Amino acid sequence: MPRLSVWFIRTALLYLACGFSLGGLLLWNKGLPIHPDIWRLLPAHMEFLLLGWTLQLVIGVAYWILPRFRSERSKSELVWLTFGLLNVGIWFVAIGGFMRALPLVQLTGRLLETAAIVAFVIHAWLRVKPAGQ
Amino acid sequence: MPFITRLFIKTALFCLVVALLCGLLIGLQPLLDMPLWLVGLTPVYFHLFMVGWVTQIIVGVAYWMFPKQSKANPRGSDTLAWITYVLLNSGLLLRTIAEPARIVQTGQLWGWLLAASALLQWVGGLAFVANTWPRIKER
Repeated sequence: MPRLSVWFIRTALLYLACGFSLGGLLLWNKGLPIHPDIWRLLPAHMEFLLLGWTLQLVIGVAYWILPRFRSERSKSELVWLTFGLLNVGIWFVAIGGFMRALPLVQLTGRLLETAAIVAFVIHAWLRVKPAGQ
Repeated sequence: MPFITRLFIKTALFCLVVALLCGLLIGLQPLLDMPLWLVGLTPVYFHLFMVGWVTQIIVGVAYWMFPKQSKANPRGSDTLAWITYVLLNSGLLLRTIAEPARIVQTGQLWGWLLAASALLQWVGGLAFVANTWPRIKER
């Protein structure tokens, strides 16, 4: 497994742990209320699991598994950029969602996430090819 | 394909069907004037889809396909894998029952079942992370 995939997949597992922890707290609070402000964690729960866990795992495995050009994975620097932008973006969205008075923070997070995915698509597009090419 | 992977994937497929049926019922509720408790299925729909289907099929395939942990212990701990399966699915089942039930019935039982569901799914998820982490390594 290439190093960049290790980074993506381990980070995805950490988001799974965090997202499940927030989700567990939210669900417990739903059944046996602890504090109403716990609901402010819902955006972070969703972001951690949808983008932090699911999307990031897919990117990590795709970077590893998609066909290569000879033995190279070209434009890997784009995928490092994806890693950085995506993870910073996730935290911007999570924190912005928690601090409801800061909508620009969430918007910034979404912009970073979008830029991250565009970078990955540029890398991955050419790797989606028939065998032998 | 290991037995537990087959179990994870078949259970994931079952959760997918049930999730979509929940979605169908939620969509039909206002159109056919069906019982109000069906609205309680909305979080059940999301979580049967994201946890029961998406996460569970990932867990099953990852257990099968990820790099070997070692020659002696290629897939890590079978016990942790079983713990993941039992706790995730029992937690989801409790949620499926308790979420709509608490809309039509007051009483603390459903609250306690939701709390139990939270704990079961949380521990199940952490068991998967603990079992998978050592297999994610550079070659």
